[in-house]
Amino acid sequence: MDALILTIIATSIPLLLAASGELIAEKSGVLNLGVEGMMLSGAVGAFGAVLWLGNPYFGIIAGAISGILMASVFSIFTINFMTNQVATGLGLTIFATGFSGLAGAPLVGKTIPSLPKIEVYLLSDIPLIGNIFFKQDLIAYISILLIILITFFLNSSKPGIVLRAVGDNHNNAHSIGYPVKKIRWLATCFGGMCAGLGGAYIPLLLTPHWSEGMTSGRGWIAIALVVFASWIPWRIIVGAFLFGGITIAQFVGQARGWPIPSQILSMMPYIATIIALTIISGRFSKNKSVVPESLGKPFVDVA
Amino acid sequence: MIVFTPRNKPSKNWIFLAPTLSIILTVILGGFIFAFLGYNPGETLYHIFISPFTRIDRISDVFVKACPLIIIGTGLIFCFKANVWNIGAEGQFIIGALLAGSFGLLFPEMDTKFLLLIMIFIGFLGGALWAFIPAILKTKLNVNEILVSLMLVYIAMLLIDFVVRGPLRDPMSFGFPLTKAYPEGALINKIPIPGIGFLGQLHYGVISVFILVPIAWVIINKTLLGFQIKVLGSAPKATSFAGFKEKRITMIVLLLSGGLAGIAGVIEVSANMGQLQPEISFGYGFTAIIVVFLGRLNPIGIILAGIIIATVKLGADNAQMAIGIPKVVTGLFEGILLFFLLTGETLQKYQIAWKNYRS
Repeated sequence: MDALILTIIATSIPLLLAASGELIAEKSGVLNLGVEGMMLSGAVGAFGAVLWLGNPYFGIIAGAISGILMASVFSIFTINFMTNQVATGLGLTIFATGFSGLAGAPLVGKTIPSLPKIEVYLLSDIPLIGNIFFKQDLIAYISILLIILITFFLNSSKPGIVLRAVGDNHNNAHSIGYPVKKIRWLATCFGGMCAGLGGAYIPLLLTPHWSEGMTSGRGWIAIALVVFASWIPWRIIVGAFLFGGITIAQFVGQARGWPIPSQILSMMPYIATIIALTIISGRFSKNKSVVPESLGKPFVDVA
Repeated sequence: MIVFTPRNKPSKNWIFLAPTLSIILTVILGGFIFAFLGYNPGETLYHIFISPFTRIDRISDVFVKACPLIIIGTGLIFCFKANVWNIGAEGQFIIGALLAGSFGLLFPEMDTKFLLLIMIFIGFLGGALWAFIPAILKTKLNVNEILVSLMLVYIAMLLIDFVVRGPLRDPMSFGFPLTKAYPEGALINKIPIPGIGFLGQLHYGVISVFILVPIAWVIINKTLLGFQIKVLGSAPKATSFAGFKEKRITMIVLLLSGGLAGIAGVIEVSANMGQLQPEISFGYGFTAIIVVFLGRLNPIGIILAGIIIATVKLGADNAQMAIGIPKVVTGLFEGILLFFLLTGETLQKYQIAWKNYRS
C-alpha cells in the first residue's frame, strides 16, 4: 500500500512544483505557456550536470538554473518587448523542445544515479506515515515547503500583496510607483526555477535516463492545475496528487490486465484535465474575481 | 533607457522588414547556438537552408511538405485573427485523417472516383468535430480553449495508435502496426511531368492549396464574417455593440480551422502513405502556428511562409542524415523565429528610442 502511495507522490511532485511556479507568475499577471519547455530544459540540464559532475545534488541546481534561463528568454520578449504572451509561451515550448533535444542528443542511452532519500531522524520509523512523509528526497521536501511559503507570501507579506496588485491592475500599481516590469521579471523567473526543478525531478527520480520530450505534456497539465486550483496554492497539492493518482492508475491497470486497451488508459490524465477544467471554469463564469485581472495583458510603459 | 512611443498607424516598412529581418537574425543566432553545442555552424546551416534547393526534385519536395502546413495555417488564420487560440490543430489533423481513412478501409465497396472527395469531406467533419469540443466548452462554459485543444492532441495520438494497432490492423502486416492499403480511389497520385517522369513526391494534393487559400482570402477580406472576425480580434468590446454574436464567431473559426486541419490530414495520408500508421503528422499542427505568424495572418503570406518553414523541416532531415543532428533542431529555429516575429509586431506598433533621464 505505501509503495503505491509513494509512487503517486513521486509522480505528483513535478506537477506540484511546476504549477506552484506558474501560480506565482500568473498572480503577477504573466501567463507563461512555456512551462513544458522550461521543464524539458530543467530535465536535460539536470541530467547533463549529474552525468558530468557525478553528484545528483548538482542536478537540482542545474535544473533550477536551466528553468530560470528559459524564463528569462520569455521575460525579455513579453515584458520588455511587449510581445503576445500566448504566442511567446508557445514559442518558448517549441524552442526549448528543440534546444533540449539538441543538447541532450549525446546523452541518450546513458543513466545517472538517482537522488538519495533523506530519512528524518526517528520520525521515519513511524509505521506507514514515516515512509510516506519522512523518507523522501530533497526536492519533495522543498516542494511542500514551497507551497507553505507561497501561501504565506501571497497572503501575509507585503511583497506578496504588491505582486498581487501588479497582477490585478498593472496601471494602478505603476501609478503608485511599484516597478511592474521588475516584479514580473522576478515572478516569471521564479516560475521558471520551479518548472526547471519539476523537470529535473523526472530524470533524477522517475526515469534515470534522458529522452526527447520526456515530460510528455506534464507542463501543460501543470498550467491546467493552476486553473483547477483557482489560483489558491494549497489546492495545487490536491490537484497534483489527483493527477498523480490517475497517471498511476493507468499503470496499475496495465499491470493487472484490466480489459481496457493501454492507449485508452493512457488518455486518462488528459481526459481528466479537460473534465477538471470544465467543472472549475463553469464555476468561474459566476465568480470571475479569482482570475488575476491583468493576466496575459502586456504592460505598456509609454513615454 | 529604451522608450516606446505608440505610432499613429502601424509602420508600413515593418510589414515586410520584420519577417525578413527575423529570418536573418534567426539564422545568425542559430549558427551561434550550433557552435556553442559543438556542431560546425557552417556545415549545419548549409544542410538546413541550402541543401533543399540543390536538386529539382528536392525543390518540389519542399512544396509537397509545405502543403499541409499551408492548409492548416489557412484555417488557423481565422482563429488567430479572432484572438481564439486553437493550438490543437495537430489533433484535428489526426482525427480528420483517421475518420476518413477508416471510412475508406471499412467500406471498400465505395471505391469509386468519388471516394477521395467523400473522404476529404469526412476529414473536414472529423477535424471540425475535434475542434467542436474546445469550441462548445469555450462558448458555453468559458473553458480555456488553449488547454483543451492541446489535451485533445495527446488523446488523438493515442486514439490513432489504438485503432491502427487494434481494430483496423492488417492481419497480413507481419506484426507491423499498419492498416490495409487504401483502395485505389482513396489515393492521391503523383503528377507525371512529361519528359522527366515524377518530380520527387509532387502530387495532385498540392492543387488544394490553390483552391483553399483564395477561398480563405475572399472570406477574410470580402465577407461580413471576415469583418466580424477581425473586429472580435482587435476590439472584442465593439463586437457586442455592433450586434455581432461573439460566441457564434468563436464557434465558426474553431470549426473552420479544425476542418481545414482535417482536410490536410486526409491529403497527407492519401498522397504520401496510402494507409494509416501510428504516426502520421510529425508536428505539422504545431509548426503551422509558426507559419501563420511568419505569414502575418495573411493567406497569401502563408504560402511563402509555408515554403520557408518546409525548407527548414526538409533541411533538418538532410542534416540528420548527413551529420547526425537530431531532427528536433527545427523547433529551435521555429521558436527563435517566432520570438523575433513577435518583436517585429511590437516595432510595428511602437517607435523605440533611447532616452537618457538625467536630472
